[in-house]
Amino acid sequence: MIASDVLVAQNIGFGMIAAVMIVAALRVVTSRNVVHAALWLVLVLAGIAAQYILLAAEFVAVTQVLVYIGAVMVLFLFGTMLTRARIGGEANLDNRNWLISIPVAVILLAAMLYALGDGFGDEKLPQETTPVSVQQVSDSIFGPHVFPFWALSFVLTAALTGAIVLARKD
Amino acid sequence: MLLNQFLFLGAVLFCIGVYGVITRRNAVMVLMSIELILNAVNINLIAFALRNGSVDGHVFALYVIAIAAAEVGVGLAMVLLVYRNRRSIALDELAEMKG
Repeated sequence: MIASDVLVAQNIGFGMIAAVMIVAALRVVTSRNVVHAALWLVLVLAGIAAQYILLAAEFVAVTQVLVYIGAVMVLFLFGTMLTRARIGGEANLDNRNWLISIPVAVILLAAMLYALGDGFGDEKLPQETTPVSVQQVSDSIFGPHVFPFWALSFVLTAALTGAIVLARKD
Repeated sequence: MLLNQFLFLGAVLFCIGVYGVITRRNAVMVLMSIELILNAVNINLIAFALRNGSVDGHVFALYVIAIAAAEVGVGLAMVLLVYRNRRSIALDELAEMKG
């Protein structure tokens, strides 16, 4: 790989965003404070939306911002608020499984990196890409993928009803 | 841009999420780690959609986002229920089903 390949603006942007995302993701799983972990998760999700834009997926990026950063994070903050009386550090957020979890994560990562590096090597993404338009996405959703869309609407209705039934007080 | 840089990023995020799911004791934190895993998968879907020049990956990623939102809703409702019954959401204390 030569220097002019590495130093294009997209790669620099990718590297910076990816570094921020990985640090933030590590803070999500190691933070001692639930609210701080939720706010670090916002950073990861925003970075993923930026990566979607790098990958020419504008509609998915906007949906990511609306659904994850907008709705899911509010749900998480509500959940944190309702299940803990005090907002502050908590000593015992972790169990004693780290003897298992660190080897599992490292071995899994090594296996995946090896398989991906072996399988895709130096394969390049297409250079001149036009962003995928909303029309193309909607044509695909309401054309060949309409049946999963119906199923999804049932799932969402059932989940909403179930959440209300589970969480109401009586 | 290489295809692999996005796949590697997804793999790293996935493994961080797996670590969080195994290590965390607080149920809300486990749900957050699951969100990390789902997002890592979504990066892969979008990267392959660009590689193959197809829209199907986008559609699938949107479905995953919708399912994740439903999952968080139901998951947090269950966490609230557990908290109301036991005044605690530590997952290792929920051991009634162990024989």
